Amino acid sequence: MSEVLRTTPLHEEHLRIGAKMVPFAGHSMPVHYPSGIQAEHRRVREAAGLFDVSHMGKVSIEGPGALAFVQHLTVNDVSVLEPGQAQYSAFCREDGGVLDDLLVYRLADRSFLLVVNAANHSGDVGWIRKHEGSFDVQVEDRSERTALLALQGPVAEEILAPLVKIDLGTVGPSRVVRTPISEAPAVIARTGYTGEDGFEIFLEPGDAPRIWRTLLATGEEHGLAPIGLGARDSLRLEMGYPLYGNDLDAEHSALESGLGWIVKLGKGDFLGRDALARQKEAGLSRQLAGILLEEVGFPRPGYAVLSGGEEVGVVTSGTVSPSLGAGIALAYVPVGLSTPGTSVGIRIRDRCVRGAVHPRPFFTRGSRLR
Amino acid sequence: MSEIPTYLYYTDQHEYLKPDPRPGVFTVGITDYAQGELGDVVFLELPAIGATFQASEVMGTIEAVKAVSDIYCPVAGEVMEVNTSLDKDPALVNSDPYGKGWMVRLKPSNLSQVDDLLDAEEYRTLVGK
Repeated sequence: MSEVLRTTPLHEEHLRIGAKMVPFAGHSMPVHYPSGIQAEHRRVREAAGLFDVSHMGKVSIEGPGALAFVQHLTVNDVSVLEPGQAQYSAFCREDGGVLDDLLVYRLADRSFLLVVNAANHSGDVGWIRKHEGSFDVQVEDRSERTALLALQGPVAEEILAPLVKIDLGTVGPSRVVRTPISEAPAVIARTGYTGEDGFEIFLEPGDAPRIWRTLLATGEEHGLAPIGLGARDSLRLEMGYPLYGNDLDAEHSALESGLGWIVKLGKGDFLGRDALARQKEAGLSRQLAGILLEEVGFPRPGYAVLSGGEEVGVVTSGTVSPSLGAGIALAYVPVGLSTPGTSVGIRIRDRCVRGAVHPRPFFTRGSRLR
Repeated sequence: MSEIPTYLYYTDQHEYLKPDPRPGVFTVGITDYAQGELGDVVFLELPAIGATFQASEVMGTIEAVKAVSDIYCPVAGEVMEVNTSLDKDPALVNSDPYGKGWMVRLKPSNLSQVDDLLDAEEYRTLVGK
């Protein structure tokens, strides 16, 4: 590959502690540290983990027209957000196909921060600018000028509390505040992609290595460890969260992708609304479903989903859940087979491994831990 | 740095053969380099005792978190023993690839095929470490 990979402000930190680095969305990123993906996964479920997710795209939209513009761009209803709140959302094309999923942070009345997937970042910025039109806004790509850490796990608050001057108890789920961490300017949000309690922390790049080390050094006694993208993937999959590029793409609409719960057709016009409204009216033919395997097998993207001996769908994400000790997958299947409990199989090489459609999340507190 | 013991035989598929005390029998597994590249091993499909394979024939699979890989029979031969402890603890392949993480004991049908395999120095050159 001749493409030069970008590095995050924490690149040297990753190398120093023995991370295995891989190319991901144009960035050199840690896939795991010496302890390995499964140990890292368990660490996040049982204590806490620190992730470098600085590769994510960050775009600010500010100005008198910011609310109306973000409302136009995204499928969820931004008007319900108070300043200091975040929501999960998506960009859709006019035909309803998903361009990206994202988090919308309303930092102030007229100030929004959109966090998008690294792989789609430049396409998203182009899409945003293309639709800027007459909206009275300033759009700024802050990706390179913002580092992003995720501190996730049941003891995340205990680790972060001594480093901030505010009471983190006042920062509820999906809340976001601007407050220094260990004297570095920061934006701290109670959001994440693991299903655990935790925070995402936006920093200036120059502060990121010191805050990374401070968190790891002070969090160690609480069980904190650095976590790579490998465990980030299995953690999100146990929660049934879709990943763009695997489970979400422009060929599937937001409704087919299981994002119907964030598509607010009643909020007024937005990009993709008409197509999504028509599709909702007409009914879906296929839908993203969770599958839990009942026999031993490791489902992977591209494997066929079987029903009555026929290929009826395809796996888009899969792993063996470290928490459940069983194969779990997301797959597009015909709507008639998407009801939880429906028996399906996944073809793993020459075998049909039996399983059933399962509600998401696959894992909740109290689920069987291996 | 991956460990490459000097007294073993190696293949370009990152398997090793380790001489067993029983004459004409070799322990087969994957190298430290291979387990490092695969990452956490989740489970394995190993052949049955008594099965025979040609050299480079697929005799099993390794399911790791990152990818699935075939296990190739390094030389033609018969499977004498299978490491059943990997059923319960597949992570032994990661933690002790040359010891408790072994996969099968193989009786080569032609010992000269073993002599044709790579030695530690050649294998080190292959993996570039």
